[in-house]
Amino acid sequence: MSHLLEVKNLDVKFDTDEGRITAVENISLSVDEGEVLGIVGESGSGKSVTAKAIMQLNPGNTKYNENAEIILDNENVLRFTSKQDLKKIRGGKVSMIFQEPMASFAPAIKIGNQMVEQLLIHKNIDKSEAKSISINMLNRVGIADAEKRFNQYAFELSGGMRQRAMIAMALSTMPKLLLADEPTTALDVTIQAQVINLIKDIIKEYQMGVIFITHDLGVIAQVANQVAVMYLGSIVEKGPVNKILKNPKHPYTKGLLEALPDVNNLDAPLRPIPGNIPSPLDRPTGCVFRTRCPNPTHDCKEGNIEMGLIEVEPGHWVDQCCINCG
Amino acid sequence: MSENLISVNNVSVNFDYQENFLSKKQKIHAVNNINIKIKKGSFFGLVGESGSGKTTLGRAILGANKISSGNVIFHDDNRDFDLTNINKQEFKEYRKKAQLIFQDPYAALSPRMTVRDIIAEPLEVMKITNSREETDDRVRDIAAKCRLNLEHLRRFPHAFSGGQRQRISIARALVSNPKFIVADESVAALDVSIQADILNLLKQLQNELNLTYLFISHDLSVVAHVCDIVAVMYLGHIVEMAPSRQLFRNPKHSYTKALLSSIPSIDPENQSQAIELKGEIPSALNPPSGCVFRTRCPNPTHDCKEGNIAMGLIEVEPDHWVDQCCVNCN
Repeated sequence: MSHLLEVKNLDVKFDTDEGRITAVENISLSVDEGEVLGIVGESGSGKSVTAKAIMQLNPGNTKYNENAEIILDNENVLRFTSKQDLKKIRGGKVSMIFQEPMASFAPAIKIGNQMVEQLLIHKNIDKSEAKSISINMLNRVGIADAEKRFNQYAFELSGGMRQRAMIAMALSTMPKLLLADEPTTALDVTIQAQVINLIKDIIKEYQMGVIFITHDLGVIAQVANQVAVMYLGSIVEKGPVNKILKNPKHPYTKGLLEALPDVNNLDAPLRPIPGNIPSPLDRPTGCVFRTRCPNPTHDCKEGNIEMGLIEVEPGHWVDQCCINCG
Repeated sequence: MSENLISVNNVSVNFDYQENFLSKKQKIHAVNNINIKIKKGSFFGLVGESGSGKTTLGRAILGANKISSGNVIFHDDNRDFDLTNINKQEFKEYRKKAQLIFQDPYAALSPRMTVRDIIAEPLEVMKITNSREETDDRVRDIAAKCRLNLEHLRRFPHAFSGGQRQRISIARALVSNPKFIVADESVAALDVSIQADILNLLKQLQNELNLTYLFISHDLSVVAHVCDIVAVMYLGHIVEMAPSRQLFRNPKHSYTKALLSSIPSIDPENQSQAIELKGEIPSALNPPSGCVFRTRCPNPTHDCKEGNIAMGLIEVEPDHWVDQCCVNCN
């Protein structure tokens, strides 16, 4: 069976005044229907750039490599150039939920009008039908008084409610793939719990594929089936969620887990990963993690080893360099 | 000499609010009747959701928000400062001893000043040092304590990562040699690894410099790790307060229980359901009468539901304080 989404050998580079920045290098990943792929990593690791590449939302100075492929539903998104084609993905087959719900709604247009507008663009329906779909969707995501909220502006809604409305809007076109970029980061924990449950229910109901981007490993543990760990533009480890979180092989994944405060084990000291994430302008050669690796082998330290994932157990892939560094 | 550094007695903070210039003036009850004592050398945590009044309380203790009623007393070695009854000169004195670390290290540092000038500014403004050499000595000293390289001092903030910037903010807060630090969401904007680094630094500085912290955060797992004592705020009230281990092992208030159950577990096989609170946090313009939590309480008693029970903490176990209304609802 072919995957819903397959990204192969993707590089994303930006031309800037200071030179060409490599934001993402040689990543491959896939998402099936009804599957949640979690992408974790620190700021600047290339998580959002990857998601935006799928929707072709990166800015004009972006350069993709020639042999990269982003295959969505058997079509290569990177070959799309016309507006007509792009419309099929943006808001059509793919929807995106952003981190900051306040910044994502237009402040001077009613929530309802924004929802109806995108439905009219993507679906062949009339206004009243679009309105009833929107109100149904608002109900579905647990917004009480959906009809009243439909006629309100974003500032009249609380943070949790705005994020629900954002989700309702993203889902109303029935996308095949949902990109959720830090959808719970700006929310309080109790609201976060509600939104996570909502997203899980919806995935089950509509069987869509989801890419869930977050820096919070706890959220990943609760929503994702598969996880990809990114560091400085490369995937350093990927596999099923319980393998990655319970038996991590890469020193970076281990480091992330050790740095995380765990309420169930208050005596464990917090161990930061030593060193700083290098600037993307000055990416290490060979293994990108070698400048911070706690125990690099000789070849790794010299930058002699190329990056590349190998399968250590079924479905569990780790960067070949770091398997040998303790 | 008192063992407490800060006593907060019946403090309320109200803000005037007017929707437009024709409408009636209303009061926002941001912080209501708070009593806390912060012991010398403790790491006091304040948790709660947005809008619960954590920041307002922190700012009131520093004298950055006007206190509407009640008082805050800072017990220095040989004298007490009563913040509600203090003259300008004394207030300047107090500010040398109580400082604030902000949330966003990108917004808190002026992009046009060198790191040296940023850290030195409090010394110059407060006229603590008498010569440039003395200022430079103090700056170098505190920068080293905050693990900044001396060559960093000549650079501008844009050259630094989030974690380094937060260390610069900490150095700036500590340069006047304060005794009390309010850290308002100081690690919220940082990645986990950097967060761990900054938390360790705060702990280490506490031991070295004998500091007392009021640590404001919405992240319960962070608070559990660093704080000795934790107060949980909801809609301007403290609803539960206890030593942190006790609070996390045995929460008594339904709100605390809901908060703790909402922390996503790192174990993918532990898909425990969070206790979902119904509804949303009510508006501070129009808080519920009686117990403020009653509109969302999963199992309110009859008197609670009617709003007959006033808020107030009672001690259910040694040092473990819970709101008197919600002790009975479960």
